[in-house]
Amino acid sequence: MTTAEVGRARPRKEDAHLITGRSRYTDNITLPGMLHLAMVRSPFAHARITSVDASAAKSSPGVVAVLTGADVADQQGSLPNAWPITPDQKAPAHPAIAVDTVAFAGEVVACIIARSAAAARDAAELVDVSYEELPVVLDLEEAVKDEVLAHPDLGTNKSATWIFDSGEAGTGKPVSEALAAAEVLIERTFYQQRLIPSFMEPRSTVVDPTGEQITVWSATQVPHILRLMLALTLGIPESKMRVIAPDVGGGFGGKLQVTPEEAITVLAARHTGKPCKYTETRSESLMAAHHGRAQVQKLKLSATKDGIVTGLDVHLLADMGAYLGLVTSGIPILGAFMYNSIYKFPAYRFECTNLFTNKAWTDAYRGAGRPEATFAIERLMDELAVELDMDPLEVREKNWIKHEEFPFTTVAGLEYDSGNYEAATAKALELFGYDALRAEQVRRRESNDPVQLGIGISTFTEMCGLAPSRVLGALNYAAGGWEHAQVRVLPTGNIEVVTGSSAHGQGHETAWSQLVADRLGVPFENVEVLHGDTQISQRGLDTYGSRSLTVGGMAVLAAADKVIEKAKVVAAHMMEASEEDIEFTDGKFRVKGTEQSTALGEIAFAIFSAHNLPDGFEPNLDSDATFDPQNFSFPHGTHLAAMEVDTETGQVTIRKYVCVDDVGVVVNPLIVEGQVHGGLAQGIAQALYEEAVHDDAGTLVTGSFVDYLVPGAPDLPHFTTARTETPSTTNQLGAKGVGEAGTIASTPAIVNGVLDAVRHLGVKDIRMPCTPSRVWAALEEAKMTGGVQ
Amino acid sequence: MASSKTITVEVDDVSYTDDVEPRLLLVQYLRERLGKTGTLIGCDTTNCGACTVHLDGVSVKSCTMFAVQADGHSVTTIEGLARDGKLAPIQQAFHECHALQCGFCTPGMIMQSASLLNENPHPSEQEIRDGLEGNLCRCTGYQNIVAAVQAAAEGTVSSDSGASESAGVA
Repeated sequence: MTTAEVGRARPRKEDAHLITGRSRYTDNITLPGMLHLAMVRSPFAHARITSVDASAAKSSPGVVAVLTGADVADQQGSLPNAWPITPDQKAPAHPAIAVDTVAFAGEVVACIIARSAAAARDAAELVDVSYEELPVVLDLEEAVKDEVLAHPDLGTNKSATWIFDSGEAGTGKPVSEALAAAEVLIERTFYQQRLIPSFMEPRSTVVDPTGEQITVWSATQVPHILRLMLALTLGIPESKMRVIAPDVGGGFGGKLQVTPEEAITVLAARHTGKPCKYTETRSESLMAAHHGRAQVQKLKLSATKDGIVTGLDVHLLADMGAYLGLVTSGIPILGAFMYNSIYKFPAYRFECTNLFTNKAWTDAYRGAGRPEATFAIERLMDELAVELDMDPLEVREKNWIKHEEFPFTTVAGLEYDSGNYEAATAKALELFGYDALRAEQVRRRESNDPVQLGIGISTFTEMCGLAPSRVLGALNYAAGGWEHAQVRVLPTGNIEVVTGSSAHGQGHETAWSQLVADRLGVPFENVEVLHGDTQISQRGLDTYGSRSLTVGGMAVLAAADKVIEKAKVVAAHMMEASEEDIEFTDGKFRVKGTEQSTALGEIAFAIFSAHNLPDGFEPNLDSDATFDPQNFSFPHGTHLAAMEVDTETGQVTIRKYVCVDDVGVVVNPLIVEGQVHGGLAQGIAQALYEEAVHDDAGTLVTGSFVDYLVPGAPDLPHFTTARTETPSTTNQLGAKGVGEAGTIASTPAIVNGVLDAVRHLGVKDIRMPCTPSRVWAALEEAKMTGGVQ
Repeated sequence: MASSKTITVEVDDVSYTDDVEPRLLLVQYLRERLGKTGTLIGCDTTNCGACTVHLDGVSVKSCTMFAVQADGHSVTTIEGLARDGKLAPIQQAFHECHALQCGFCTPGMIMQSASLLNENPHPSEQEIRDGLEGNLCRCTGYQNIVAAVQAAAEGTVSSDSGASESAGVA
């Protein structure tokens, strides 16, 4: 088979309509008679609702109806949490419109339905809600004390406690022994600040209730999951609901959700019998769309004096926020398997307590659990290096899995199929000019240069390709991790590929076309990829967790293979040969040892006409396949950051950023590189720029893009990216996934670099984001406490 | 509600006369009244730049102007940028350099890039980054956007490709 397409840097099919303004985002949709919604949201983080007076709003011009929690109490159900991590997990009821109490500022208390968006917003100001304020709990270390409760009726802030112990699991020794026998013990507490996914397209939903099926267009990553969950939540037969994700303007996990606003738009459409649209403002999005990260990590790492790690103990407090969203509770658990990263730790224990607070709920954000884990271990490896006065790369190399040791079963119980950390690191060092930068660092230290230089290292891996269904079952996740695809051969020989993974910027249309063009030997242009509509793509588990290619792409290939097998039967019949003598190469079925051949298109037309087919042959080449991975895939890489810190102002500048990622076999290098760039930007943003800040009352202070600092072009450097390629052995293509790599790897690289620049001045740690004021304050504090020198 | 005003605005070479509420933003006028949904709204504080259009040839954020302020002026949106059936070089460059992923910032980013190149036909990398400061992208990390602006400036984009055809540029 030729591989003309796989590996080719093709500009995307998706671009044409997006660069010309012919986009189909949800908010662009207008339907006849469509009504517009505006939400009335609680200004208080925790309060009892004593009354809702909507009379003035109802008589406001253009208003058709107002829905309160009481109005829909018997229809709205409770929004789903699909991941009860323990049998005794506690969770509050989660009505789309609050009925009695609100538990975070921004929670919906009423919905205006009006003839225009402006009329709806005007009327929202007129709803008079009386609240009786309740005490708020906002901080994890306060929440764990159970003194102030986010949900008093639960009796505790603790949702669940989940433990992995390598001694008990039989994957390693007990960590208690390792810690007791430690020659070197590193104890640290790290804070993963709360982040806001900040997809560029605000969430938007349009619901048309007038057809046989209620049609829901939504800015979602998960049309299939949304259909099932909305149906179950609202008591609508699933068969009566169609969900379409048209163009979706980014997700990053933030649109992996079943939202109150989506449910409310369905309720409003059913209530009025008219199409309804809700589009959030950016301020609403920042306040009420789910947040990410928000963990306190208490860590103990034991090692020998030679730098061999002997054990790792992780104790997490994880902020659920006020409710459990779709996979809120499982996010820290996704990290649980990654704290040991690329290393051969003999003992490991992980304990996580999920806690409620009176803030917006958290859930998946790019990396989801794995960036937190990677940050912790990569910071610890640097701390160990400092403690032992070793080069941080040397400490890593002493502990990592050597390339000849794969496959390797880790202390967390995962089997890493392949990898070559030595190769990626060697390439990164070469591109970075490591030795020269170290020499410059020494010079600057010796000359007391006001701008100090630091080098940050992050050698990471991640588990991608979510996920083997059996593993998800073992973790008590409600759904599987398979993906579905269909390959349809039209009478002209053109191909339609239906994929269950729903893209929102990832380039599936291009990449899947490349896969199928190669496999079926048809031109790239002749392949059309369809997705994101449950009427077209009936089965699917959508896009998140770097799963699209490693799971969804494999389903596409499997379906294409079934097409070939079916077509072979007809090819043999047409060429009067035996099936065993037919081989398929370059889009042609050939009779072995002869010049005789027939093209897929000819067979497709023969099947369409069905005049002369083998007896009993069903006249149809179309094929379905569902792929359930047997293992995760494990991309890895080495990221190096040269950080300049102005010790007089605290200003941090990224002087150079080099990353070498091993994502296995690459279908489209252009798309892969784009994923890396964007991932780096988000990981760097956590290190340097972004934080969701609340005041003491629980109000989000960073409630607009004026205050929540999504980096712009001048805030980021030019990245040097490169790849090594160690194919995955767990899928036929050898792909590993790339969507989250940059985000996972870059945060610790940056922070390690900042600290490396100023540690000799007595600075031991800086909480993220490392803003100029924090860096400056850390330097001042070090001076005051008579830091080193 | 204040009484409406009559405005005449030329948008993408077509003249429109409409009665509008004084509080109607230009971007709302474009999207809701003219159906120019290629111009998008990403924030409510003039930070993200998704709504960037040209007013008399210079970039403005159309969420920061009232429609009445555009009275008597000429507006170009992303939908009017291609000419004579051919993509503008900056559009072609965005495609070839993979300067977009989800595409939501793209109309504003392209309009701002075009304006930047009008003012400074040969910008340095830093000038490009500074010139795009008011436009946020969450997908690309900006690297390929910078590359696209450079390619458009250097005239290294191909004069035509499949993108024009499949975009249905007339």
